Amino acid sequence: MSEVVISAENIGKKYKISHQTKEKYVTLRETIASRIKAATNFSRKSSTNKDTIEDFWALSDLNFEIRQGEAVGVIGRNGAGKSTLLKVISRITEPTVGKLELNGRVASLLEVGTGFHPELTGRENIYLNGAILGMTQVEIKRKFDEIVDFSGVEKFLDTPVKRYSSGMYVRLAFAVAAHLDPEILIIDEVLAVGDAEFQKKCLNKMDEVSKTGGRTILFVSHNMTAIQSLCSSCIWLEKGKIQQLGALAEIIQSYQNQGVKILFESNWEPNRAPGSAVVRLYRTAIVNSQLSAQYTYDVVEKIGVLFEYEVFENDNVIWAGFNLHNSEGINVFDSHSVTLETYSKPHEKGIHQVVAWIPADLLNEGFYSVSIALFNHLVGTTHCHLRDELSFSVVDKGSYGRITAKGDMGSNFPGIVRPLLNWEKTK
Amino acid sequence: MNRIIIEPGKTEKNYWLDIWRFRELLFILSWRDIKVRYRQTKLGIAWAILRPMLTMGILLLVFNRFVGLNTTNGQPYAIFVFAAQLPWMFFATALSDASNSIIANERLITKVYFPRIIIPLSSVATSLVDFLISMFLLFGLLAYYGVEPTWRLLMLPIFFILVLLAAMGAGLFVAALNVQYRDFRYIVPFIVQFGLYLSPVGYSISRVPEAWRPLFSLNPIVGIIDGFRWAITGESVILMQLPFWISIGVIVCFLFLGVYQFRKMERSFADLI
Repeated sequence: MSEVVISAENIGKKYKISHQTKEKYVTLRETIASRIKAATNFSRKSSTNKDTIEDFWALSDLNFEIRQGEAVGVIGRNGAGKSTLLKVISRITEPTVGKLELNGRVASLLEVGTGFHPELTGRENIYLNGAILGMTQVEIKRKFDEIVDFSGVEKFLDTPVKRYSSGMYVRLAFAVAAHLDPEILIIDEVLAVGDAEFQKKCLNKMDEVSKTGGRTILFVSHNMTAIQSLCSSCIWLEKGKIQQLGALAEIIQSYQNQGVKILFESNWEPNRAPGSAVVRLYRTAIVNSQLSAQYTYDVVEKIGVLFEYEVFENDNVIWAGFNLHNSEGINVFDSHSVTLETYSKPHEKGIHQVVAWIPADLLNEGFYSVSIALFNHLVGTTHCHLRDELSFSVVDKGSYGRITAKGDMGSNFPGIVRPLLNWEKTK
Repeated sequence: MNRIIIEPGKTEKNYWLDIWRFRELLFILSWRDIKVRYRQTKLGIAWAILRPMLTMGILLLVFNRFVGLNTTNGQPYAIFVFAAQLPWMFFATALSDASNSIIANERLITKVYFPRIIIPLSSVATSLVDFLISMFLLFGLLAYYGVEPTWRLLMLPIFFILVLLAAMGAGLFVAALNVQYRDFRYIVPFIVQFGLYLSPVGYSISRVPEAWRPLFSLNPIVGIIDGFRWAITGESVILMQLPFWISIGVIVCFLFLGVYQFRKMERSFADLI
């Protein structure tokens, strides 16, 4: 068993939130004034002042251990305490109670390009950002070419970063971060920015870091695909407490059962549904052959992408469509509702439900994300387009005796798809 | 492998070691501030020369020409003023920069860990560059007026260390408080403005009634200015006397108070800022 590198005992973090003032900071005058008020205020009820401040436990009773080389995902709803936990572990803020033990150098990446100065050039910012993240100048010098190479902005190295496009900025910033060499790496949502291809590159780099370098990674993301491709275990936070902790697959399963953020199904109330005056999407889901939503599919199962929407006006030709990306960010394929009669004929008013079937024995094992759209290219309208709205996973449950593309091979079967083809003896 | 134990309210044992580990960051941050300071200015680095020269010119005009003050030992008044201006301007810029430094670097505070004390210290280090440029100007002035430096000039580093400590102490104190009470954003410019009159930059300490001098020396810069003047022009009024030691005492008190206040508050910077 490898060594424990992060161990938390009863970690809790309390914030005082004031309900009355939205002021971010107090002034001396206010402090003095309120003290005087409190001291002289005999007649009025003294409780009025107290009501405005409330204790809020952003984290409480956290106990966990993380071992060397583990890549741990942190999931949970917005406000569940994920970021606070990362801040406590990366020593940015102090826990109110509890004890935390860290074994090794910690580098945290809570934001892309922390400390980048717009007036400085790309080259200068590499040194600045590197130092802020805890690299020594010697280290940065040694890795400089590698960093520049990774970022792909060598042409603009001597341009102030304020002239960079946001994409270039992120690339450069991430390139520096990806070359950090800490024993414990803490990452918050930073992958939410940047294009898919570059995100993939970063994920690979991190994966490499944790697998070959024996480094420990703690990773917060709403992008389940990213978490799934990087992490082996998971901490699920709910209202500042650990809801569940352990192997990723199990937690994802219960995460879904709780319906926290259902990855394979989205439902909307009519008044909040995405769409336009013409059409609104009420439900979209990844479904099995019985049309019930499900996350994990065996390779031999067909997989449906379901759309349920209401059309409010007659005479509109509306297409449904989706893009399928795998965990490497590769666009496996797109599909539009070309086989439906509504591809050329206008919709009638009312609620419609359509399903697109991805055939069994087509997709390879892995995690997929699905972007959903209601649109019509011919007239150039997009009623709604939800990127990476759904996700699902394909596994080979491998019950003996059936025929799949992989056959009896035990290891991973390469390829973006693994269709079961029809082999024929022709001679 | 370094083991870190985080517990609420406990000061880390390896705090000062951490500062040593992050010493490069201190220089990088000062380097950044220096690099950025004169970006997009027409005159650029010339400002570092213009600022002290213009200040000296004004003080010379007002105190020497208009008021008619002069030195007792026949030294040029320009050098007399400049000798006092060296520590005063360093203290004033270091204090103003340091007091705003934590807030100006909010992004760093809330996103990454390092000993927070690095930030105000790097502001002080940045002001050092202006000080060094002014030192060159001093030698230019000495040459221009044909004043020969004496052995006393070798004592200057001692007084320089004093003003460095004074700036650090006051800077840390105000930087920490400024995070919670932004009033200091308005207080510091006042201190700097009044300080120019309450410090004997344009005039001599001998103009202050002797009975008032101990009180006057509660301003730590008073003692330091006397030291600078002694090392550069040979004229001293309170050096090694009670008022001088009062100034030193205030510096030491402020240094401890500053470090104490900063250490006390820095753990909650990320929550307060």
